[in-house]
This record gives sequence, structure tokens and C-alpha cells, in this order.
Amino acid sequence: MAGFILIVVAAFFFPGIILRTKSLASGRKGPGIFQPLKDIVVLFRKGSVFSNTTGIIFRIAPSVTLATVSGAMLLLPFAEQKAVISFEGDFIFFAYLLALGKFFTIIAALDTGSSFEGMGASREALFSMLVEPAFFVLLATFAMFTGYTSFSVIFNHFYVTGNDYVLIYSIIGAYLFVQIAMVENSRLPVDDPKTHLELTMIHEVMILDYSGFDKALIHIGTYLKFAIYGSLIYNLVVPAGWNIMLQIGLFVAVQGLFAVVIGFTESFRARNKMNKNPKFILTLSAIALIAFIVILILTDKLA
Amino acid sequence: MSSNLYTEVRNGSGPVGIREIPVLDYGRFYEEVISLLGNERYHCLTYFCYPAGPVLKFICCIADDGSGTIRILSHEKSDDGAPLRSLTESCYAMHIFEREIHENHGVKYDGHPWLKPVRYPHDRADRQNVMANYPFYEMESEELHEVGVGPIHAGVIEPGHFRFICNGEKVLHLEIQLGYQHRGIEKLFADEVDGLRRAMLAENIAGDTAVGHGLAYAQLAESLAGYMPSGSLQAERCIALELERIAVHIGDTAALCGDVAYQLGQVASEALRTVVINTTQSWCGNRFGKGLIRPGGTNFPLDEEIAGELLRNLEVVDRRFGTVTDCVYTLPSVLGRFEEIGTVTRAQAIAIGAVGMVARTCGVPRDTRATHPFQYYRQMAITPAMQENGDVLARGMLRALEVKESVKIIRRLLDEWRAGEKTSGRPRYDLSFTPDSLAISVTEGWRGEICHVAVTDGDGRPVLWRIKDPSMHNWMALALAVRNQEISDFPVCNKSFNLSYCGNDL
Repeated sequence: MAGFILIVVAAFFFPGIILRTKSLASGRKGPGIFQPLKDIVVLFRKGSVFSNTTGIIFRIAPSVTLATVSGAMLLLPFAEQKAVISFEGDFIFFAYLLALGKFFTIIAALDTGSSFEGMGASREALFSMLVEPAFFVLLATFAMFTGYTSFSVIFNHFYVTGNDYVLIYSIIGAYLFVQIAMVENSRLPVDDPKTHLELTMIHEVMILDYSGFDKALIHIGTYLKFAIYGSLIYNLVVPAGWNIMLQIGLFVAVQGLFAVVIGFTESFRARNKMNKNPKFILTLSAIALIAFIVILILTDKLA
Repeated sequence: MSSNLYTEVRNGSGPVGIREIPVLDYGRFYEEVISLLGNERYHCLTYFCYPAGPVLKFICCIADDGSGTIRILSHEKSDDGAPLRSLTESCYAMHIFEREIHENHGVKYDGHPWLKPVRYPHDRADRQNVMANYPFYEMESEELHEVGVGPIHAGVIEPGHFRFICNGEKVLHLEIQLGYQHRGIEKLFADEVDGLRRAMLAENIAGDTAVGHGLAYAQLAESLAGYMPSGSLQAERCIALELERIAVHIGDTAALCGDVAYQLGQVASEALRTVVINTTQSWCGNRFGKGLIRPGGTNFPLDEEIAGELLRNLEVVDRRFGTVTDCVYTLPSVLGRFEEIGTVTRAQAIAIGAVGMVARTCGVPRDTRATHPFQYYRQMAITPAMQENGDVLARGMLRALEVKESVKIIRRLLDEWRAGEKTSGRPRYDLSFTPDSLAISVTEGWRGEICHVAVTDGDGRPVLWRIKDPSMHNWMALALAVRNQEISDFPVCNKSFNLSYCGNDL
């Protein structure tokens, strides 16, 4: 349960830290850390407006998305504590729970009948599909490395395998999780959350028709997803056996650092051209695949 | 100078008697225009018609970039409803003018491929003739889809409708439909009797070109009245024009960076733009230079204090913007978004009669400061900054080069202004215009050549005030640039041109 609570707490600070980092990096003062949360409070107080062309799918999609994200949070362990829900092969459940949420966002976008949203939906579907192998191959690598197939057990055994290459794997894993998180959360260089140009949007254009309460739910889902990936990275880089108080401190530090890294990345580079994105995302899968093959060799499964 | 085919004038020279312009029959006129425009040394400044008694009088002004003169050709047509052979068939650049004439006066054209209305004028010839009746181009295919953008946009941009025909992410065809902001400016100009109100009107033709259009108006009013502004006034006007150019170019660089999500370039450029427009504000009280350009004189004569501030600020802007552009145009992630995106070829630029920045990014040296100099530019040799590739990067780089160039021009102008007599004088709103005459005024705004033409009646009242913003030619360049590009690159292409909607809609 500690993992679940910590992710929620981290999600409170996460968007604010990104915003603040970007502001400071460009020489501006920027809004306070809690500004995104204040915006959400404002949105909660507002009603939602629905277009006449939309149906039930459009209305339930934000709730479904938030539910799937919350469900995925339950699968993540913290320190030596097991996750709330934990079973063999739960990382597959985790991935498809998130995918289910995304699926609903996509069909809700198609539900509006707008040509923009259709375009955004097709892009989102393509890029999500491309990033899926990276996630699975990476998790398969860890499963191979430790010999287990559940998040809780994998992370508990990651540093006790006695394998000399553990550090390399945690670094590669952390790097890939950061990149996957950027793709999944529609950040630079694949997407630009700040743009007002419908024709270049991917994720933003799909939620253009949402307002008020529903929009707040979508935002919360996004913030939680960031913290989820932050938590995955944390579990990967910090051995589970360490002192619990130290762990909580490190958790906060890793999440903060993750947010700062995103902020800096977004400050000092331009976004990819749309047709470069598949190449960029496939590179992530390629890196994961190399790691996977190496581990096969190390564990003598591939001579 | 005249021949029996045309009257020849220079930019900003005095008015010509309307009866002195030889009237050709249409066949002769057609041949002459086509043969001139076939040579890229010539391009059409403006082509319009107005009712003169029982006939429609057509005037075509063609700029000769080689000799720096403007040829005025004319023909007349009685209101018999007989169609004219379209010039557009042979010279694509004329399409917009013939569409305008068709819309406003109901003149029929044979062989014009696209007589779609340009605007929604209140007094158009045929009230049934509206854009809604004129269909968009269509392509029949199961695999293609259409995307309509606007006229209401998500961001703070002017209204315009863009209809894309796409194959997946690739744009096959873009049709641009404008006219939503038609305010009847030309009519307001012709009806207005007050010189001050006309000057204010000119500044509001396109808000981002207040100085460019303001100057075109002032120059035209002075030309019609045969009034010669003093040297110091001319220099001050050129300084204002260059300041506007610098401010907009820096602002556009910021917007280009913003469109590709390069935050640092955007924020750094925005900060510098503020420095420039604040300098304009401390000179005349308005950040966009409104109120600065007036016919006959100025309410805000330049003084040493402002000149000093100008030089200090420009020093800072020049240095810092140089650093910013060096950084922006060498960053791989930015280059990946700008290079070979939205290319306009040299042949296309010539065919559509591109002017100003758009022409100069395709290797066509059209800069009226150099070819048809006006105001103080007559005493200076301007070498236009050039780019060859015609892509988004070229349009970005040209802005960087022009900012550098403009800073140099302002420094030179200030030197000469300091050396000369300060005799700017007060504005003159009571200039009386020469009767029965026509005058042309061309200025190089930051987008390109701005052309104002006026015709007066027997009492010296303007019967026609004709305005052409460079955007009228250049919108077609955008439509060509996005062909076979990804639709997601449209915004950055559009921003790299930054054409005026209201300048087109008038």
C-alpha cells in the first residue's frame, strides 16, 4: 500500500516541478509548484460540456482511463513490501491495463467525429503500438535476469541475484523507462503538450473536446502515469532491502530528479518531425532487444 | 517618359494625368502584359478596374526591376457583358487580380481556371456570388480524406479556412479560403475626406505592418499633392520602417521556435522583440509605431535622446539576436524541422509573382528598397539579403540576415540624420490633390512590397484608392509549399511565411 500512497503523493508535485524547471531554464520565474493542482481544483468546480455528436463512449472514457491508471498503481511494489495486487505475469496485466485506458481515449476521440481528433487518434494508436515492444522486451529481460515474472518479486530479487551486470541493467532499464514514459505521456520529442496547433498535436488533440470535470480526470490520469513510471525507475535503481526511511527519501529524490530531467529535456531541444517518431520509438525497442539478447547469452539460454 | 503603349513613372514621383495614359484595345493590352510578365525582370504591382463614366477603365501597373520604373498600361471596356480573355491562362500571377475584378465588377473571363470570390464585399457585382457557392477542389478516392481547418482557430490567429486533401499524413492539395475580415478599406479610403483619419485607417490595414502601410499612404498623399518631404523626415521614416522589420522578424523567429517546441529559442527571441517594440514606444508612444507616420511631417520628430536610446538598444539586440540565431540554426533537432520543409522553388516563385521575403528566399532578388527606392533609400544602395533554398530554414535564416542588415541601415540613416538639417515639420492633413490624375506609391514592408494607388476626379477627390498587400501574391506560395509535405508540418510552414489575412481581406 505504501507504494500506492507514495505514487499519489509524487503525482501532486510532478507536473509543477516540470513546469518550474522549464520556466527557470528559460529565464522566467514561472508559476508555483502547485499551479497545476490549483487548475485541477478549478476544473472540478466546472461542469462538462458535451458535443451532440458524442455518445456514451465519450462520456465514460475519462473515468475508465483514470480507473485503469489507478488499477495499474496497485501492481507496483515499494521497497520490500509487496504490491497490493501481485501475481505471476502481473507486468503484462499492468501494460494492458494502461493500454485499455489509452484505447478508451482513442475511441472517445473517434466518437467526436472531428477530423482533427481522428488524426490524433491514429497517431496515438501507431506510437503506442510501436512503444509496446520496448516495454515488454525490457520487462522480459528483467524476468530473465531474476527468474521471476511479477513486479514485486522481480524488484525484490533484482540486486540479490549476485549478477555482476546488475548496474548496467538498472541503468539501461532506467533510461528506457524515462524514454517510454515520455512517449506514453505525450511529451517531447514525440509530442508537444504545450502546442496550440491542432494539426501537430497527438495526445492533446484527442482531448480537445473535454471540459471541466472530465478534463480534470484526464489531467490527474496523466500526472499519476508520470509518477507510475517514476516509481518503476525508482524500484529499478534502489535495492529493495535498504532502510525504509532512507527509501522514502530516495523515492522523493528519484521522482523529483525524473521531473527535472523531463523539464530540461523539453527546454533545450525541438520536437521531432512526425515521420521521425516511429524511428525514434523503434530505437527504444532495439535497445531493449539488445539487452534481452545479452541476458539470454549470460544465462546460457542462447549459446 | 511615355510610349504609345504605356506611361512610365518612378516610385513616389508626382502624379500622372489619367488622360495621359494611353488606352489600348484589349488584344494589344493582353499581348503587351503577357510579353512583359514573361520576363522575370517585370512583375505586376497591381491590376484593377473602376467605372469611369459609361466604361470600365482597367489599369495595370507593372514594375520593371531592371530600370526602376513602373509602367502603367490601360484598357477600357464597355458594360456589354462580353467576356475578356483571361491573362491567368498564360501568367498565373494575375489570377488574384482577375478574381477581384470579376467579383467586384462582374467582368467575365474566358479561360480563368479559378474565378472563386476573394472576399465578401458588400457591393460586389453579383449578390449571389459567394464563396459558399464555389466548391472546394475535390479528389475522388477511397484513400484520401479532407481536413478542414478554421476559420475559427484554437490559437490567437486571424480567421482563414484551410482545406487539405490528404493521403494519410501527406498533404496532396491545400486550398486557402480567406476574406472573412473584409472591412471595405478601399471604399473607406475613397469616401474619407479627412487626411488624419485616412492616415489612421492606413495604419490599421494590417496591424503588424502599421509603419509599412502608413508610409505607403503618406507617400501617396504627398505624391498626389506634389509635396516633397524633407531629408530628415525621409530618414526618420526609413528608420521606423526598419525598426518594424526588426521587431517582426524577431517575433517570427520566436514563433517558429515555438511551433517546433524549442522553448529556449522562443523565449530568448520574445524577450528581444520586446526591447525593439519598447524602443518604438518610447519614440512615438505606440509599440507598433502607430501615429508615427503622417503625411507632410511628423508628430514625433526624432531627437538626440531617442536616437541614443535607439543605438544602445539596437547594439544589444544585434549582438544577442545574433547569438540566438547562431544557436537556433545550428541545433540538430531544430534543423530537422526546418530543413527541406515547405520548399518553394524558384520557378514557382516567379510563376506566382512572389514578392518580398518569399521571393528573396527562393533566389529572386525582389526588394523595392533596392529596385524602386523610396524616401531616404534613394540616397542609399541597399543590397537585399538572399537565400536560395526556399524552405522553412531559408525563411528563418533570411529573417536573421535581414535583422542584421536593418541594424546596419538604421546606423547609417542615423549618421546621415545627425549630419543633416532637422526639418521634419508638422503633419499636413490638408494637402490638396492634383485633379484627374493617378499616383502610385510602393514601399517595402517587412513582408514585401506594399502598393497603394489612387485616382482622383476633376475636383481632386479620390475616386479610387487601391491597396495591395504582399500577402495577396504570396498566399499561393504557402499552398504550393505544403504539397507533398506532412500535414503536421503545415503550422511551421504557415508561420515561416507569416502572411497577412487582413492585408488580403482589406
